[in-house]
Amino acid sequence: MIPPLIPMKTLFLFSLIFLLAQMVWAQPAVQKRYQTQLIMAENGSTVDLDQGTFTFTGSLSLQDKKRIVIRGKGIDKTILSFKGQTDGAEGLRVSNAEEIVIENLTVQDSKGDGIKTMNVKGITFRNVKVEWTGQPKAENGGYGLYPVQCDNVVIDGCTAIGASDAGIYVGQSRGIVVKNSKAYHNVAGIEIENSRNADVFDNEAYENTGGILVFDLPDLVQKQGGNVRVFNNYVHDNNFPNFAPAGNIVASVSDGTGLMILAANGVEVFNNRFIRNQTLGTGIISYLLTERPITDKAYYPFTSAISIHDNVYERNAGPVSQRGRYNKIFDMVLKPGQDVPHIIYDGIADPATLDKTGQPVPEKRICIRNNKNQSVVNLDAGRGFKNVSFTMASFDCQLEPLKTTVSTPR
Amino acid sequence: MRIWLFWASLLTFGWLTLGSWRTVAVPEKLSDYGFFTGSIAGQKPAAGVVPYALNTPLFSDYAEKLRFVKLPEGETVAYNDTSVLNFPVGTTLIKTFYYPNDFRDVTKGRRLMETRLLIHQSEGWKAFDYVWNDEQTDAFLEVAGDTKTVRYVDANGKSRQHEYTIPNLNQCKGCHNRNEALVPIGPSIRQLNGELAYNVAGKPENQLMHWQQAKILSGMPSLDKCPKTPIWNKPETGSLNDRARAWLDINCAHCHNPNGPAMTSGLNLSISATDLTALGIRKTPVAAGRGSGGRPFDIVPGKPEESILTYRLESTDPGEMMPEVGRKTVHAESLELIREWIKAIK
Repeated sequence: MIPPLIPMKTLFLFSLIFLLAQMVWAQPAVQKRYQTQLIMAENGSTVDLDQGTFTFTGSLSLQDKKRIVIRGKGIDKTILSFKGQTDGAEGLRVSNAEEIVIENLTVQDSKGDGIKTMNVKGITFRNVKVEWTGQPKAENGGYGLYPVQCDNVVIDGCTAIGASDAGIYVGQSRGIVVKNSKAYHNVAGIEIENSRNADVFDNEAYENTGGILVFDLPDLVQKQGGNVRVFNNYVHDNNFPNFAPAGNIVASVSDGTGLMILAANGVEVFNNRFIRNQTLGTGIISYLLTERPITDKAYYPFTSAISIHDNVYERNAGPVSQRGRYNKIFDMVLKPGQDVPHIIYDGIADPATLDKTGQPVPEKRICIRNNKNQSVVNLDAGRGFKNVSFTMASFDCQLEPLKTTVSTPR
Repeated sequence: MRIWLFWASLLTFGWLTLGSWRTVAVPEKLSDYGFFTGSIAGQKPAAGVVPYALNTPLFSDYAEKLRFVKLPEGETVAYNDTSVLNFPVGTTLIKTFYYPNDFRDVTKGRRLMETRLLIHQSEGWKAFDYVWNDEQTDAFLEVAGDTKTVRYVDANGKSRQHEYTIPNLNQCKGCHNRNEALVPIGPSIRQLNGELAYNVAGKPENQLMHWQQAKILSGMPSLDKCPKTPIWNKPETGSLNDRARAWLDINCAHCHNPNGPAMTSGLNLSISATDLTALGIRKTPVAAGRGSGGRPFDIVPGKPEESILTYRLESTDPGEMMPEVGRKTVHAESLELIREWIKAIK
């Protein structure tokens, strides 16, 4: 065999250096290439992203398209990093589209939200991770996965870490499935806000400030969410100190919150395990308790038609979090040494739904039945905490099981 | 093996750098359109291309803008005093962004950055962006955007340097968007109701009168019946409230209106907004995240330093600032106007 002119080893080294250098030079080119692909993608096509870590200085966006798949090589195999981002408020944005799938990729360290999809009819996130690396902090972006004003949302096998608002957030949408997903080290793990027909199941929400939130807020385009089922989730150790920037509604969530239902109507919560959420295993409260101003005349600030059954509650002995407002409320309503109840209801009901005995009419009631270790407090907050009650009897009822329209993933 | 490595490297390199292909039907160069006579960098409009200006324009990192409209031969746009003019199919709106080398002395030359076109085709408005070459001999179609560094001496004589972002085609619709259709933002009767010098020697003329005489505007009532947007930094043209609302309208309301991309926030900053909560007064943020700056409401009456609105205008962090795109600098002058306005709100 003739010896090569340049030793093979040297050549290999040169090639390696050349390739590495090219990776660095090519970063802006990668941004341009992927953005161009997203702009030029024909309806019905797949945009394949390579394996590797790609750094972007601006948002990537897709709009006005139908039946597009954006597909990486896998979580932590295709990493879109927005560290050092200088343009655009989110990592990836999809708007005015139909039947979009985003799968097998990781989005990291975007300045604002991780992946925002707006006005999309049919959006599936499958095996997608959105994370902010390093210690959770207020400077992290607000939402990890952020579908808003969408129809038929499927979030399956996703992970969200470090969001300064909600890791997985579905807002003002219709027809939602969130399953097999994980959320940790966020202020809120999973949040369903002003949305209708949602199934949240088989998820693990842990080490957030609050595990799962079902909220209805005023001043938004889509009001009156509801018909939300939360089941088979493992919601545990959500005791992370709140790091949301003040002003945001989640900044008022107390650490130690497992599930919080705020001003939502028609929520069925069953077969979940709420473990070691040290302040509120489950909170059921009206927007009035937040003491925020309400000027939106079309807004319904009350919580009604809530069914909490067949869940497991456990918490460690000891006081609730000293942060937030609930420690003060518990100081006021609990006797020394009395166990903190797992379920907290503020007792503020819509006067228009009460019958002669002062109970909500049957279909509007708050029903709590057949949970392991169930205990409840009705704070009677609407009347200055006058008749604080710990009796289960007034919650012992069963609502019709909810039916949700479940969308089918592509 | 060597050959294989060589070709593999070359191929990857080629693929990585030359990945941006272009559309076919759209002209590659700005000069292909024939909008200008003489040297294209001179931006001297050809016959039928009418320059225009807005009373209170969008802030774009201190870039100056040259605006032109070209209607199809013999056609007119109908007067309406409430919204952006409804230009007929075939109309092109042309906007060239540039930086004077010295804002105090125009004779020191300028650098043209990009020329954006909005073309009204039968299926709707389409946006195209042409980026000027360094030689300033022509501008070339670019779909994926770009970032350039600009240097100039500002109006106060201070040397400045910052990044300038040229948007990608998707970002055009980030602002030019009503109910998910691409639309123009600026040219409304109230914004055009002001003076413009149509040639260097001539006296400034009212643009509406000029358009009427040039037979491109139809159905216009007498000039005194036409609404007029004040000039944001000229107190003699309008009250503090009117000037602040005009500035918010053109800078924010393209998204923050009930049919715009920021409708999810519930904030409506358009000039026609009357709901005080929707306008931001004691309105809690919805999805502002750290953009709230830890402040409680969009507008705290009398307290600009406690209002989210000013926080987001002061920031240049893309996760906090507003508008979300197209701004690398703080517009100190308009920020002062907004602060004064909030101070005066009771």
